[in-house]
Amino acid sequence: MTKDEVVYDVDAYRADFPVFSKDIRGKPVIYLDSGASAQKPQAVLDRMMAVYAGEYANVHRGAYWLSERSTTLYEEARETVRAFINAEKAEEVVFTMGATDAINLVAMTFGRGLLTAGDEVIITELEHHSNIVPWQMLRDDKGIVLKFAPITDAGELDMPAFDGLLTDKTKLVAMAHTSNVLGTILPVETVIEKAHAVGARVLLDGCQGIVHCPVDVQALDVDFYVFSSHKLYGPTGVGVLYAKYALLDAMPPFRGGGDMIASVTKEKSEWADPPAKFEAGTPPIVQAVGLGAAINYVTAIGMEAIAAHEHDLLLYATQRMASVPGLTIHGTATNKAAVISFTMESAHPHDMATILDRAGVCIRVGHHCAQPLMERLGVSATARASFGLYNTRADVDAFVKALEKVHAFFG
Amino acid sequence: MGRPHGERVTLSQNEKLTIDELVENFELFDDWEDRYRYIIDLGKKLPNLAEEEKTEANKIRGCMSQVWIIPEVHEGPPKTLSFRIDSDAHIVRGLAAVMLILFSGKTPEEILAIDADAKLKELDLDSHISPNRRNGVASMIQTIQNMAKISA
Repeated sequence: MTKDEVVYDVDAYRADFPVFSKDIRGKPVIYLDSGASAQKPQAVLDRMMAVYAGEYANVHRGAYWLSERSTTLYEEARETVRAFINAEKAEEVVFTMGATDAINLVAMTFGRGLLTAGDEVIITELEHHSNIVPWQMLRDDKGIVLKFAPITDAGELDMPAFDGLLTDKTKLVAMAHTSNVLGTILPVETVIEKAHAVGARVLLDGCQGIVHCPVDVQALDVDFYVFSSHKLYGPTGVGVLYAKYALLDAMPPFRGGGDMIASVTKEKSEWADPPAKFEAGTPPIVQAVGLGAAINYVTAIGMEAIAAHEHDLLLYATQRMASVPGLTIHGTATNKAAVISFTMESAHPHDMATILDRAGVCIRVGHHCAQPLMERLGVSATARASFGLYNTRADVDAFVKALEKVHAFFG
Repeated sequence: MGRPHGERVTLSQNEKLTIDELVENFELFDDWEDRYRYIIDLGKKLPNLAEEEKTEANKIRGCMSQVWIIPEVHEGPPKTLSFRIDSDAHIVRGLAAVMLILFSGKTPEEILAIDADAKLKELDLDSHISPNRRNGVASMIQTIQNMAKISA
């Protein structure tokens, strides 16, 4: 073995996640729903417990050791996020309640504050509802124009059609880095280049992007990048908005409250500088520290190594699933993350999930909060298997065996 | 004691199976597979709704699968309610058939007096009625009992 060859010790990583040492109905857990939320490694649980147990107080307030300590931990978590996405400075990292909250923040501040009626926002047909609804609300509120860039049958962005939508009126392009339903990795570098050429900003919904590959916001030159902690093996309740500092500086505040002000008099308030301007109230302190621990965990394994492992699982699962009679995979993009949507001729996704659940296999079924995409695909629902750093080929085998059982049941 | 599905326990379209008979039949099954096969068979015997009856108005919201329900009032006396239910998922159709066994052809008072949760528990199907399963069983029960309330 050369020194460049890294051994991906999936069994060791799997052992870091306590859920996999437990049985459900006497069967081991085959967890193929990391796209909805990832399981948590012991390191994250331990770190959060330790903060609550001995390093906890409110942040940015007290003049005593515990508060200074929790403030340090919270700000260290911000620095950990900064380094993880290679932002220029930690002040460009805003902690939010989640990715949905982060997109709403941008819609309510950048959108309401800096866009005017007639300005155009482009999203795509494959967006999660959290990257559709805030823009529809902004459209109805401010009179902006909302356009949907179409996708091809393979589930890729229809680039010529996107080019046709992009005009000098386009002020923002908001799209998924990676589709939560189809796994398509969008050509974000090209999109950013084209959008910047007409003076538009770009927001990437990185919920599925950040977990499957390394992200460098400076190399991308992206204006906004949002993601949630819980899909990245961290706790729920916290997410990240990255934005270029000049934008954060120009944007009006989101919520009013403590910690987001420089001064308050009866007449008026002065805003604090970013990121505090966007973090009103007591933030998700321990969750942010937990996210930091999760990032340290995945960084120690290496995002490249995780991406390579998941790619192997994607290819293996795609090949194995082809042998299941009547199964159709939706989304055949060339550039695809380890997320597989599928339907079966003989069974509704709900039927599949019920049988798979009995076999200990956890998958997501339904419209995946992407109803416009379901309409585009011409289905009311799909089943989705999504893979994480802890999944194995044995998981895929158990999954395919369960699908064969579904076929035997309903076929 | 396991046995191949379809044997001995059958349900023709006209046969009136009571919920207690269903519970008895269920007790003969050793494992979940046989129980599900039986439920699915019940669903297969359910008459389909016509396409034009599968309207938004007849649809139960918030389910992973699509479920439509149509009540019919029989003035009697005694006044009774019957229901026709359809779904695009096999297991949900089967669960709909169980709903019909539980509720259909009864008076509004009887329908409102039925403890559906307890009966489903006897069938070991109570995991299906948890609202977060979103398979429509909880909504079916609620819809049927609301319809009974209106007719009472």
